[in-house]
Amino acid sequence: MKILVCVSKAPDTTSKITFTNNNTSFDEAGVNFIVNPYDEWYALVRALELKEAQGGNVTVLSVGGADYEQIIRKALAIGADDAVRIDAPESDALSVSTHIANYAKDKGFDLILCGKETINYNGSVVPGMVAELLDMPLVALAAKLDVANGVATCEREVTGGMEVLEVNLPAVISAAKGMAEQRIPNMRGIMAARTKALEVVAVENGASSTSVNNYEMPPAKSACKFVDPANAAELITLLHQEAKVI
Amino acid sequence: MKTIVFAEHLNGKFTKSSLEAVSYASAWSASAGGTCIAVTYGNIDASVLGTAGASEVWKMDALSSADGDQVTKLMLAAQKESGANAIVLSHDLVGKSVAPRLSVRLNAGLVSGATAIPAGNTVKKNVFSGKAIAHVTVNSELSIVTVLPNSYGVNTSGTACPVNAFSAEVGSARVRVKEVRVEESESIPLPEADKVVSAGRGMKGPENWGMIEELAKELNAATACSRPVSDIGWRPHHEHVGQTGIAIRPNLYIAVGISGAIQHLAGVNGSKVIVVINKDPEAPFFKAADYGIVGDAFEVVPQLIAAAKAFNATK
Ligand SMILES: Cc1cc2nc3c(=O)[nH]c(=O)nc-3n(C[C@H](O)[C@H](O)[C@H](O)COP(=O)(O)OP(=O)(O)OC[C@H]3O[C@@H](n4cnc5c(N)ncnc54)[C@H](O)[C@@H]3O)c2cc1C
Repeated sequence: MKILVCVSKAPDTTSKITFTNNNTSFDEAGVNFIVNPYDEWYALVRALELKEAQGGNVTVLSVGGADYEQIIRKALAIGADDAVRIDAPESDALSVSTHIANYAKDKGFDLILCGKETINYNGSVVPGMVAELLDMPLVALAAKLDVANGVATCEREVTGGMEVLEVNLPAVISAAKGMAEQRIPNMRGIMAARTKALEVVAVENGASSTSVNNYEMPPAKSACKFVDPANAAELITLLHQEAKVI
Repeated sequence: MKTIVFAEHLNGKFTKSSLEAVSYASAWSASAGGTCIAVTYGNIDASVLGTAGASEVWKMDALSSADGDQVTKLMLAAQKESGANAIVLSHDLVGKSVAPRLSVRLNAGLVSGATAIPAGNTVKKNVFSGKAIAHVTVNSELSIVTVLPNSYGVNTSGTACPVNAFSAEVGSARVRVKEVRVEESESIPLPEADKVVSAGRGMKGPENWGMIEELAKELNAATACSRPVSDIGWRPHHEHVGQTGIAIRPNLYIAVGISGAIQHLAGVNGSKVIVVINKDPEAPFFKAADYGIVGDAFEVVPQLIAAAKAFNATK
């Protein structure tokens, strides 16, 4: 089975988020970058498990500049066989999806896996766009994935329960929590990653249809009001009379 | 300006997130002096969508479920027929499957997870998992917006509206639904919940969750948990909130025995009122709280249950 896993670069979850250039761009100074957790913990690890069980190849792909190579090497260290970096800025979801689809369209991937969203842009858009551009079915936010005889079986959470879905491959699947468990790369993986193939593909900039005008910080919270633990019942009164939420 | 909005229903009722999307779409078109058409399907009384603000409903009777491929074709046909300048969906499973496809097909800019009505062609959305807000500009004639659940209220002041039959060539579904397993039908789904009681490692073990569930029941709230709690299997994965779980924005979030790590806060900081119960006065969560109780959960929560029971009895 040939699997493509799309991975994106995200600021470490403990990063302090600040902006520069008059609040028009994210300030990367001093920020440590990681592989977007949904892409790494769930999509990539599940792809590796499927390959280990059934044979095949796992390619990771990122759309981004040379600074992406650090997170691509991390994905290789975890166990991907080879990697591709499409050398283009991550302008918006449409441009990223177009680059992914253009690369994937004649490569015969059985499965294209993405994380359900990035933790920086929180879009949940790229998997659906890639599916549309490649005319493939999409299962969004799968929490379980199995493949047998060219059919993927997924489970996902729906209002009030779980849903079991089947889809013929090739398909695009976006991964939510539950699909796999995080893997920590070992020394051997890290050494091996240094020599694995990382192809850099030069492209024209893709069309984009949205742009970020500016960023702002959420309004600050007012100070916390403390309730005496010996008289905790007071909280219920405050929630009713003052906060008016019950 | 004219908007069309997709409305999904389950067990004979429109979902809360769909009603929010209809309310959003009608307010948006009204703000620009236009009208809103709600598009739906199947066997349901759809005139209630008028209550949320739709001026008209287009319903495709022959379509029985909200499959991503089929809803995409339905919305493409409805856009063409209506000449709408904007398409709205909820930022739920259907919206996440359909909106990106529409965006590609119509060459229309998509802003996903909007939290407010657009100002001109600029739409507000949360980014960095709620740590910041972005104002995103759509650079196309046609815009597509998905509305973040629980960020825009449901309008109930409209009146029933006409429902017109609509049909489109929607093809067949490529994704086959094999089974739907309903879990504890009386519990409230977390993403839609208006109130949430959440607990963390401070609860010591899964056997102690009875009081969390009981408090939630008394407050008519859903239950949630921190990541380690779901990782070690004390609670199911779908209760995990935070940067790598689900992001929620209820009116009331009560956190019991959760330290308030930055990754946890990212998923809950959109809550209107946050209550923190923790025995450590230095717990970082208190900085994000509106109300706090410094105390032992095992002493505080039973008092809250009793008080909530007494409060409910007076209602
Ligand atoms: C990449 C990454 C992503 C992450 N994503 C998430 C995420 O999405 N969601 C998430 O929740 N976490 C996430 N985490 C984990 C996060 O950093 C914290 O480790 C986690 O939130 C802590 O969970 P906790 O508060 O339940 O446990 P702890 O940090 O152990 O805190 C337990 C708290 O309970 C209090 N306590 C103990 N006993 C009592 C008592 N009897 N009464 C009252 N209070 C008591 C303690 O004072 C303490 O504050 C992530 C971490 C990483 C590295």
